Amino acid sequence: MRAAYARLWVRIKGSNREPEWLLAELVIPVITLSAYVFLYKMVKAPPEYAGFVIIGGTMMAFWSNVLWNMSAQFYWEKETGTLEAYLVAPISRMAILLGMALGGFVNTTLRAIAVFVAGILIFQVPMAVNEPFTALLIFFLTIGALYALGMMFASLFLLYGREAWHTANLLQEPVQFLSGTYYPTTSQVVPFMVQLLSSLIPLTFGLDGIRKVAILGQGINQVWPNVIALTIFTLILLPLAKKALDFMENLGKKEGRLTLRWQ
Amino acid sequence: MSHLVVARDNRLPHTIETHNVVREFKGHDKPVKALDGVSIYIDEGEIFGLLGPNGAGKTTLIKILTTLLLPTSGAASVGGFDVVKEPHKVRKIISLVSGGETPGYGILSASENLWFFSQLYGLPSSVAKTEIKRLIADLEFEEYAKTRMSKLSTGYRQRLNLARGLLNNPKIFFLDEPTLGLDVLTSRKLRSYIVDWAKKERKGTVLLTTHYMAEADEMCDRVAIIDRGKILACDSPLRLKEKLKENVIMKAEVSSVQADFGFVDEMKGVVGYSQTRSIQTNTTSFKVMVREEKTFTDILSKLERQNLRILSVNRAEPTLEDVYISLVGRGFEEENAS
Repeated sequence: MRAAYARLWVRIKGSNREPEWLLAELVIPVITLSAYVFLYKMVKAPPEYAGFVIIGGTMMAFWSNVLWNMSAQFYWEKETGTLEAYLVAPISRMAILLGMALGGFVNTTLRAIAVFVAGILIFQVPMAVNEPFTALLIFFLTIGALYALGMMFASLFLLYGREAWHTANLLQEPVQFLSGTYYPTTSQVVPFMVQLLSSLIPLTFGLDGIRKVAILGQGINQVWPNVIALTIFTLILLPLAKKALDFMENLGKKEGRLTLRWQ
Repeated sequence: MSHLVVARDNRLPHTIETHNVVREFKGHDKPVKALDGVSIYIDEGEIFGLLGPNGAGKTTLIKILTTLLLPTSGAASVGGFDVVKEPHKVRKIISLVSGGETPGYGILSASENLWFFSQLYGLPSSVAKTEIKRLIADLEFEEYAKTRMSKLSTGYRQRLNLARGLLNNPKIFFLDEPTLGLDVLTSRKLRSYIVDWAKKERKGTVLLTTHYMAEADEMCDRVAIIDRGKILACDSPLRLKEKLKENVIMKAEVSSVQADFGFVDEMKGVVGYSQTRSIQTNTTSFKVMVREEKTFTDILSKLERQNLRILSVNRAEPTLEDVYISLVGRGFEEENAS
């Protein structure tokens, strides 16, 4: 736990030491989601759509954090030589990932809240939260599933470095599209195949659930399938991440690529 | 994989032991053997040097012993624990510091980085802070303790790196080219600190890889000379050098960088030679190990026939480089160039 706490501390300390990062992380998401909000306003979409976009943009911050600041972190640690120090230390690799996840979560939550509040205030989005605990439950389950997915990706970065980087790049936009960041994928107009693919991504269930509870005023009676899906994702992904990490570490030791740079 | 011999003749097992360790890597057309049947042992409290040119297999062996790499075959133990089967136990008693590395986070200060690494070894925060203060004072970088790591010079980064390696008070300290790229003064400081740590303070065991002869000579109780994955010799620096006493080692400097030494390979009575060319002074210095002094006289005559001027001639005392030359036939620089 000391290792996890120390890694969390590094993440928080490091991220907040250079305030210009903070500014970029707050302003850029607001600009991106503004474009979608204006678009929906232009086509006279129902006002809830602006709320969908703001929730999508807020949750996307977590997905970006998982992908680039957690999964890809092993790649950076390898390039800077810190990975070697981790691997020689008598610690669980999952503890390091847990620290990264918690640190990333704290940092991103603060930024996400700011983006969310700014979005709600600027675009006057009507909120209808009848069951705040259900909203929080879905939020935390989504975060759990997302970071568990990130831990699994971390094993790819541990071994494949640059190649994994390209894969993550490839995943960024499709996940944004399939999970329905800026529109609901459960809508009738979205083709069945797209809906099927999107159901493989935990973020889809999270976004759908939070939107239903926070914007449409629904409750646990309507979103229980989301709760179950997200719980299953977390329960499957966490042990899978541990297995993948052990497997990749062992493979890296066999192939001699574990601490090999520029690959 | 062969089994480790944990105890022999009622003696305690060696602190580090390898038996016929082989490590192959994928090559373009065929596997490349980085280690070819390496068997060594290191006892508690010893400073053991692994000396060899770039690509000799030094780092590969250190990586296997520090659980970062699996051997293709053979067996190795550290502190009595098998590096393949018990890596977690090995990690509890070791530390690794590599030269030219700056592990840590540039955005954190030197002492913040040290605190972070202390937590990886489970040190209670108060103990860690005392230990960090002591190491920073011992390694003389108090004035940079609060400086961001990204702003430290190479020398101070390596001091920080060494402090990081000593934080967990390792029983076995692995140092991979610890003075790589450092100035003479900093190198000397770090070397003497490591020797003091091992001999006076902690009775720790050190495995050091280097391609600096003087470093191995100055620091190590025993040295293994490794080349192309094979251990060629292993003994104390003194004994290794004594074995050369039957040979004559001569140094000479000739005018021109274009001196051709190809004929030396063909000559009988030559054990080995090395050469260093200086473009600035347009000279070539060479060192040759011969069985009889007359062979050296013949070499000089042949060089004069190339219209070269002999600028200086000296008889030299054997060094570890000469040991290497006697074993391989050429010096480190030629080995690195090839």
